[in-house]
Amino acid sequence: MAGMVIIGAGECGVRAAFALREAGYEGKLTLIGNEPHLPYERPPLSKSFPVEMKPIAAEQAFAEIGIKLLRGVTVAQIDPEARNVLLGDDRTLAYDKLLIATGARARLFPGMEKALTLRTVDDAKALLGAITGQTHLAIVGGGFIGLELAATARGLGAKVTVVEAADRLMARAVPVEIAAVAAERHRAEGVDLILGEQVVKANENSVELADGRVIRCDLVVAGVGAVPNTGLAEAAGAGIANGIIVDHAFRTVVPNVFAAGDCCAFPYRGRNVRLESWRAAQDHANHVARAMLGDETAYAKSPWFWSDQYELTLQVVGLLETDKPFHRRELGDGGFILFQTDENGRLAAAAGIGTGNAVAKDIRLAEMMIERGSAPDPAKLADASVNLKALLKG
Amino acid sequence: MTQWIEACGAGDIEEEDLIRFDHDGKTYAIYRSPSDEFFATDGLCTHEKVHLEGGLVMDYVIECPKHNGRFDYRTGEALAAPVCVNLTTYPVKVEGGSVFIGID
Repeated sequence: MAGMVIIGAGECGVRAAFALREAGYEGKLTLIGNEPHLPYERPPLSKSFPVEMKPIAAEQAFAEIGIKLLRGVTVAQIDPEARNVLLGDDRTLAYDKLLIATGARARLFPGMEKALTLRTVDDAKALLGAITGQTHLAIVGGGFIGLELAATARGLGAKVTVVEAADRLMARAVPVEIAAVAAERHRAEGVDLILGEQVVKANENSVELADGRVIRCDLVVAGVGAVPNTGLAEAAGAGIANGIIVDHAFRTVVPNVFAAGDCCAFPYRGRNVRLESWRAAQDHANHVARAMLGDETAYAKSPWFWSDQYELTLQVVGLLETDKPFHRRELGDGGFILFQTDENGRLAAAAGIGTGNAVAKDIRLAEMMIERGSAPDPAKLADASVNLKALLKG
Repeated sequence: MTQWIEACGAGDIEEEDLIRFDHDGKTYAIYRSPSDEFFATDGLCTHEKVHLEGGLVMDYVIECPKHNGRFDYRTGEALAAPVCVNLTTYPVKVEGGSVFIGID
């Protein structure tokens, strides 16, 4: 038996390795990571200083259950005919089943090549280590990473400017009402938000805007999305369309080759979606591990995201259509949840923002309702005196 | 010697829910199960020290509000990633309508 091989030792690859053992797989299991570090959690990197490297699992935990972890090793090529992978150091490694969990890399638009990006712990150490109370940091992109970084940099006393091409923050991910709360909070903190303005060039110490303005600063970071790492899969014959195309059990069209996590585009409620999500990476991992062992059950978990900015936390579950109406539930203390139902009245998505963990319980209940196909009365969703748990159980 | 500390009134916790209780520099979570039993654990999740107070209780499981780590609050057992370290639990007794937790 050649065993299982996993390319990518991020959240998805690591969880898949553990999930294979939890599902009873006893054969050979190799996990290949291109970073030299013990696999670590990425979400804290933009959220806290000093930069903490939080291992996903202790080093001995891999050895204890027989996961062979290759660190600092790249993969050059997959040979699906011979069923092996060629490593960067010219070794070949045979597989019975292969999981591609190569994640995504920071996107840079033309003209932004000199900007810093934040993806790895080394990126975070270099970037946050350079920020002091005297620093003027310019951030290109008003999405989750840019805004979390803005909040962290303000905590270090830096002057922060954020430039966003859309006319509001987090346009891809959250409803306008939630973006407005975040924008107000950043402005109260002294962050200079420049919305609806294109960046034509990002230099090491300045950002040039389409209207001719030049922002002079000490550091420039781009947080303008991520690009899935699909090269290996594409060369091996997998279909690619904004990610490695997989079916309901994370199978690519290449026999014995699976893909999961940020690198894959998977079917969700009639469309193909690609997520950049820590939770989805885990959910995919748990599912694909069973699929690699022959289980053909369809994946049915809903997308789930969160972001922390200052004392605010926002959470989103399901696929939002930000231009469609919401049912709003007030939580007190300024927190609120927006629910969205589909054309059949079934709950499709929910997004909330509030202090600390104010929205967590209701978003979790919304997630359970979405996955059960519940069609709750919109008036009850909007009525804070109605316990959502009762709605779920009702 | 176990010290019994009065944490709250039995009616202060809704069924299948929890509340936070702070005592002597430590923080705890006190649970009321769907079958009207009471339990107590450490208040902070073993993953990133987030308070479990805002988390969802379903049956005998508490789920961390931040990253969805799950524990059986009767035993403290860590049930699902990202948590892998169990929660410490404390004995509980109900007397005269009050919930007491036992702390060594």
